[in-house]
Amino acid sequence: MQVRKLSLPSIRRWILFTAALTVIISCTGVPDDVHVKNERQRKVSPDFSLKDSTGATVKLSDYKGKVVLLNFWATWCGPCKIEIPWFMDFQKTYKDRDFAVLGVSMDEDGWDSVKPYVEEHKMNYRVLLGNDQVSQLFGSIDSLPTTFVIDREGRIASMHMGLVAKKTYEHEIEQLLGAPKGGSQSGALRVPGGELAFLRAN
Amino acid sequence: MLCAFLAASSLSFAQTSVLFIPKPDPVPAKAGVTVEIKLPLQLRQGYHVNSDKPPDPYLIPLRLTWDAGALGSAEVLYPKPDLHKVEFSAAPLPVYSGKFELTTRLKIAPNAQPGLVNVPGKLRYQACDDRMCLPPRTVDLTLPVSISRQ
Repeated sequence: MQVRKLSLPSIRRWILFTAALTVIISCTGVPDDVHVKNERQRKVSPDFSLKDSTGATVKLSDYKGKVVLLNFWATWCGPCKIEIPWFMDFQKTYKDRDFAVLGVSMDEDGWDSVKPYVEEHKMNYRVLLGNDQVSQLFGSIDSLPTTFVIDREGRIASMHMGLVAKKTYEHEIEQLLGAPKGGSQSGALRVPGGELAFLRAN
Repeated sequence: MLCAFLAASSLSFAQTSVLFIPKPDPVPAKAGVTVEIKLPLQLRQGYHVNSDKPPDPYLIPLRLTWDAGALGSAEVLYPKPDLHKVEFSAAPLPVYSGKFELTTRLKIAPNAQPGLVNVPGKLRYQACDDRMCLPPRTVDLTLPVSISRQ
């Protein structure tokens, strides 16, 4: 086997190249847990029909054309309480850009707990009352919070079990809102943490 | 030896998700006396349950109840909780984690008949780690009490 000897200048070039690449990747500021799937890997989200606090029926499919952050939560869930102000910020910031937050409460005692909680926390997004059937549709939600980020075509772009960073959601929402309606020409980039994040090609 | 112990533990945990609840042993008692029964509990590492008096009304308290019926009356004593700092609350949260014991003071009625009585009970809890919470659970328990003649 022939072993090629590397000259000192070429080793230096490799070190500089690797260091520059590391700096470029770090400067993108993409959190490690961004999990937006490649468009071809995304599956169509199950549809559901649930009531909101006013008694109105809400179907997930009504939100087709919008990016939806679908959050399963409960009033007794501490980590969910951390996320709620973030989701309120997102609702406020992105509402004019075809974006909506939907909160699905999994409280056993229904609106008795949920309505006062929504009022106390001044939740500005739509809250629905979940049930076991909807939980099953989404692969049996057995820990909270569990959050799905759904693209404009109604496909699940990412899923997070448990508390993740606010920045993670921001990146995912921005990516999906940035993608042109009706699909995009996209490329994939490996981000720190080894996950594939989906970025627009342009 | 260690592996066998760990395997047994994980199997036990699987029965109730993250809280290991042993089956209570029969309790010997006499009519008209009060007996103290300890229920040792163990949470899977990293998890905690709320104390019996969480400061936030939306949090689900740990609650052990017994339906002693004609046998007498039961009072449950909870240990002092640990104070756990959490991001969602300014004040530390009173919780139980690891191994802890609940004490039941069972006052046997003076007219209790000799024999074995199974006292039904319920343990309600809701477990979380620092990132996520599991749904509340209510586990049915049975406390066998063997009443002997005075």
